[in-house]
Amino acid sequence: MKGFLGVDVGSVSTNLVVVDERGDVISLIYRRTQGQPINAVQQGIKELRESLPDDIEIIGVGTTGSARYLSGVMVGADIIKNEITAHAVAASHVVPQVKTVLEIGGQDSKIILLRDGIVIDFAMNTVCAAGTGSFLDHQATRLGIPIEEFGSYALKSSVSCMIAGRCSVFAESDMIHKQQMGYRMEDIIYGLCQALVRNYMNNLAKGKELAAPIVFQGGVAANAGMKKAFEEALQMEVIVPQHHHVMGAIGAALLARGTVRDGRTNFKGFEISSVDYQTRSFHCRGCENNCEIVKIQVEGKTLACWGGRCGKWEIASPDEVDLLVQAST
Amino acid sequence: MRVTTPHMGKLDRIFLDLFARTGIEYIAPPKTSARTLQLGVRYSPEFACLPLKVTIGNFIEALESGADTLLMAGGVGPCRFGYYAEIQKCVLEEAGYKFNMIVLEPPAAGWKLFIDTVKILAPGKSIYQIWQIIKVSFRKARIMDELEKYVLKYRAYEVNRGDTTKAYKKALDIIQPAMTNEEITQAAEEAFLILESVEKDMDRPVLKVGIVGEFFVLLEPFTNFDIEEYLGNMGVSLERSVYLTDWISPSSKNPVMGISDSEIAKAAKPYLNHFVGGEGLPSVGHTIIYAKEGLDGVIQLFPFTCMPDTIAKSILPQVSRDFDIPIISFVIDEQTGRAGIITRLEAFIDLLASRKKHKDRLQALGHGAHRRELARSGAAL
Repeated sequence: MKGFLGVDVGSVSTNLVVVDERGDVISLIYRRTQGQPINAVQQGIKELRESLPDDIEIIGVGTTGSARYLSGVMVGADIIKNEITAHAVAASHVVPQVKTVLEIGGQDSKIILLRDGIVIDFAMNTVCAAGTGSFLDHQATRLGIPIEEFGSYALKSSVSCMIAGRCSVFAESDMIHKQQMGYRMEDIIYGLCQALVRNYMNNLAKGKELAAPIVFQGGVAANAGMKKAFEEALQMEVIVPQHHHVMGAIGAALLARGTVRDGRTNFKGFEISSVDYQTRSFHCRGCENNCEIVKIQVEGKTLACWGGRCGKWEIASPDEVDLLVQAST
Repeated sequence: MRVTTPHMGKLDRIFLDLFARTGIEYIAPPKTSARTLQLGVRYSPEFACLPLKVTIGNFIEALESGADTLLMAGGVGPCRFGYYAEIQKCVLEEAGYKFNMIVLEPPAAGWKLFIDTVKILAPGKSIYQIWQIIKVSFRKARIMDELEKYVLKYRAYEVNRGDTTKAYKKALDIIQPAMTNEEITQAAEEAFLILESVEKDMDRPVLKVGIVGEFFVLLEPFTNFDIEEYLGNMGVSLERSVYLTDWISPSSKNPVMGISDSEIAKAAKPYLNHFVGGEGLPSVGHTIIYAKEGLDGVIQLFPFTCMPDTIAKSILPQVSRDFDIPIISFVIDEQTGRAGIITRLEAFIDLLASRKKHKDRLQALGHGAHRRELARSGAAL
């Protein structure tokens, strides 16, 4: 059986997906990154191997997410793509006529507009992290409610409670204030969902033409309260795809499918889960910029470097990198 | 008198040349770095725009390396840049630095003021002599700009990544020591030859993108995260709305960026019909001209709290719709992270590439196949 592997390492979650040649999901792993992307990828690969049929053959790999370069070097990616493109590809695969993608991840919120399967516009939050998964996570922990049940609490709300949602710090203090005033928990939680949707609409969707079908994806799409709040604000149906939480990884796998043509993949195999990766950073002395460069090594051999302004570290092949390190430090 | 100026692209090279001719010692500040910005941010008002913070940092580092006279451009019009020399003076004096400050007001603020300032900087020279010096120095500066323009356009086509950048550095170093008009002509020829001899693949499909926005952020690579080199390495051919000499002498009839001010104003007129300071009007006008020229997309860069380009930003979505050209704006300050810019840039380039592919495919298929293709393309990006 042949499959394409997609790896999405984000701030909060690390997702791995294997899709078949038609693009259907064979297997998926969703786990917390916990600030350790290397470890998360290795553990994810190990779990994935166990969940896959024995005769699986990976014929293409793509990586995305904020650790896309790191994970790309580790797994031997055929394509490394930004998360905006990956999410657009996945959404238009699952809902072919999709025109609007709402995506809320751990640290980022995005909106992507497509027409005829082509991305025509997008935006990603720049100013404030309100309206992202980490904030909801934090509130769930603070209130002592498991994040999985957060949405169902919101749905129980009968009277909405207005929460100030411009910035997560103020949203939190306003929530606390409302609690101290004696508001019911479910009303506060739904009020929070509405505030996050308002924040999202004001920061990202402002001035953009949101047309149906609308797909809502990312970890936060699991929250039924958020879905309801979006539908209320948009006055339109919002579709949450079955694998909404791993759409980035699905997109990366689909992009790999589109890239690997002659059947030659760079995939390094499932064995990478037991390799000892080490990362070190140093200052490049190649010019006055003194950029901080990160290198990833296995048994003293450098696999790749990145982080400079000029791009020479990214362009260099593993064989040249060691020479470059000697010349520039 | 050891004069210094803030950095802005190749500005230090121009002053190096100019002061070599007038006989005044010139000290260029250390190249703008994270430390420069750190120093600048420490002493600047928080809501000042990035150019003020970076230039204050430049001045501090230049004073540390022995400069005693700060030369800063003044300005007229609604952009607060014109007031920066005064603010810098206050800020640096309050921080305890000792220096002289010379403000070079543009001729638009009065010829007498301009000439008096220039005379301080060229002691013992007559007006005629100064004029001759400025003329030849300016000619050299324009050649440097033309070299840069070439680099922005053709870096995308280079066969070996990095060759153009290396050649450009070499070309600038060839032109730098040329002093007489004949030497400059000779050096310019050599410099262009070096750039032209970089191996290129002109059949390679490249995207063509225009860069517009506030001049300091456009011209100073440190503040724009070397966006031009990054895009060039990604295979994007660039046009830019302003070059150093265009900014120094905006009334020039043959601007390096290629379009006269009146044409820009005319293009922008349906959307913005008066000067709003800074590059507000040019940002709109250039975007429209780039759209008409058939460029694939436009990138707007400007510092956070910059009023003129904020006005442009609010107009550009309408331009984008009317002319069917994707536009992305980046607002930059000291809090801006490089990773965020790169992710959005990559996505923007993907967007442009898939649009172009889609358009080309439709064209190749001809009109009849249009509908069928539209229905089918829903599945693939």
